[in-house]
Amino acid sequence: MSMARQAEPAAVTPPPAPGPKESDGRTVRRPLALRLLARPEVGVFLGAVAVLVFFLFTAPPVRDGSSMANILYQSSTIGIMALPVALLMIGGEFDLSAGVAVITSALTASMLSYQLTMNVWVGVVVALVVSLAVGMFNGWMLVKTGLPSFLVTLGTFLILQGVNLAVTKLVTGNVATDDISDMDGFAQAKAIFASSFEVGGVQVKITVVWWLVFAALATWVLLRTKYGNWIFAVGGNKDSARAVGVPVTFTKISLFMLVGFGAWFIGMHNLFSFNTVQSGEGVGQELIYIAAAVIGGCLLTGGYGSAIGPVFGAFMFGMVQQGIVYAGWNPDWFKAFLGVMLLGAVLINLWVQRTATRR
Amino acid sequence: MTDKKTSTALEDGPSDGGRPLVELRDAGKSYGNIRALHGVDLAVHPGRVSCVLGDNGAGKSTLIKIISGLHQHTEGEFLVDGGPVRFSSPREALDKGIATVYQDLAVVPLMPVWRNFFLGSELTKGPWPVRRLDIDRMKRTADEELRNMGIVLDDMEQPIGTLSGGQRQCVAIARAVHFGARVLILDEPTAALGVKQSGVVLKYIAMARDRGLGVIFITHNPHHAYMVGDHFSVLRLGTMELSADRSRVGLDELTNHMAGGAELAALKHELAQVRGVDTEELPEEGDLRAPAAAPEEGRS
Repeated sequence: MSMARQAEPAAVTPPPAPGPKESDGRTVRRPLALRLLARPEVGVFLGAVAVLVFFLFTAPPVRDGSSMANILYQSSTIGIMALPVALLMIGGEFDLSAGVAVITSALTASMLSYQLTMNVWVGVVVALVVSLAVGMFNGWMLVKTGLPSFLVTLGTFLILQGVNLAVTKLVTGNVATDDISDMDGFAQAKAIFASSFEVGGVQVKITVVWWLVFAALATWVLLRTKYGNWIFAVGGNKDSARAVGVPVTFTKISLFMLVGFGAWFIGMHNLFSFNTVQSGEGVGQELIYIAAAVIGGCLLTGGYGSAIGPVFGAFMFGMVQQGIVYAGWNPDWFKAFLGVMLLGAVLINLWVQRTATRR
Repeated sequence: MTDKKTSTALEDGPSDGGRPLVELRDAGKSYGNIRALHGVDLAVHPGRVSCVLGDNGAGKSTLIKIISGLHQHTEGEFLVDGGPVRFSSPREALDKGIATVYQDLAVVPLMPVWRNFFLGSELTKGPWPVRRLDIDRMKRTADEELRNMGIVLDDMEQPIGTLSGGQRQCVAIARAVHFGARVLILDEPTAALGVKQSGVVLKYIAMARDRGLGVIFITHNPHHAYMVGDHFSVLRLGTMELSADRSRVGLDELTNHMAGGAELAALKHELAQVRGVDTEELPEEGDLRAPAAAPEEGRS
């Protein structure tokens, strides 16, 4: 697609000013392979294929359709959050509170509807408002104080972690919320957030569909809309962006709110698939999301990345997590495996970028 | 005070006798208790290049930040088309046709040329929910505008960071011209460039002027300023040291002022008392005062 477009400008207008040649003769057309490698998602795509092939050989159960559905489900719960986290990262920030924010959202919906004996949809909507508000607070603090997002969101992370535990114990007298599966609207909400459907005899979770829909949407927004242009700009050079009239404050705050939306969605999925929420969970998940985005080719410092990359990044995570189980290895190795994968991916990305963007 | 300024504006005006596009009257800016800029008068007319010269810390950056809407003035008046204004964001300045090309923050290096060209003013098509970038049109327009400026790029998709410094400046200038800028502020466009590239940038400044834009050219190189400038203002320690039309000031004088000539002249008397210091070659105070003090007198 991009090739066809690139060939076009040369033929557009005859140069009116004296002097200019058709080409300045200094940029040699790079080979197609190198130009492809310069795309942020290509490195991680190759990595994901490698991991898949590896487990297809070493863990025979992976070849089964239902195992693949399970792997995709595992990937989708990471992937849905990795998407907004990746967009935020391209926008030059990251959010350490994303992991516990998921639990905050689920707790809000669960306790509100249970304690007030209301339709679960009330809880779902209030949880959405709370999640967006947390994102907005993060973004607003960042923009107003100019502090790095590490500090601001570390603060939010600690606050939410404490509030999750304390409020849950205060309200329910327990560290987990009560089962809401028999409440009004539960079946309906479950159908949207946590149902599954059958494809060729294999049960596929609906989150997989949501994941791919969101990924397609995020890709379109990132590459084809004004807002996407602004995301790259505020991450690449905030001051330039502001100087040419990009609404930097709006872009940053809305990106944090997008992470809030993702946290809400996954929170609702957790709630409606397990009926109850453990208030101490979610810690450490934020790093998984960030890792998936980085493995997906997003630059930690912002201004570079894609939405498709994190899809493959999340798939690598899900694949390894389940693959280790299917291979019959000790699951304790999972994190070590992940660490190696993360470093490997970062190194490959670095190498690919240097090779491909060299003039 | 006001009388004098009005007459200046009329006298400085080009043949159409119109009022300046942008005018500062006795303007200044304080950051807390630091007075970064005070008593600055500047008028920008269409089709003319106003050069602002000054050493590091002279207040050049503060001056452009006020005009481009990044900061607000705290003293005096700032007029656009004769009406007083106070910009709260660069967007407002852009809407008034005041575009700024910054030395180092003109572009987002990792983004393709065409995205940079249209950044903040993207062309779109389609109704709201599916309103999307009109990529083909943007690429075509960017390429045409750059060719009009004499820049030919093989690939609009290449990150702008891979262009040379001069090319980047030219893209930024072409962008400002395309978006209907009436006033173009150039912040040290030649500072980091080689001789040949500086020449290219100066050529585009002249081109923009010939298109009828008012240009504010910030620099600390009097030679570059004198090649294209119609009016020269020298800033020193946050205030105007010299403000003169091209007809009233020579390159030597300009260079002298830039080199801190007035300060040296004042020192001359003191130095003369000390034996062993050669003061013969230093300029006299009188040589330098005249043009600075009398830009308004005897021009009609």
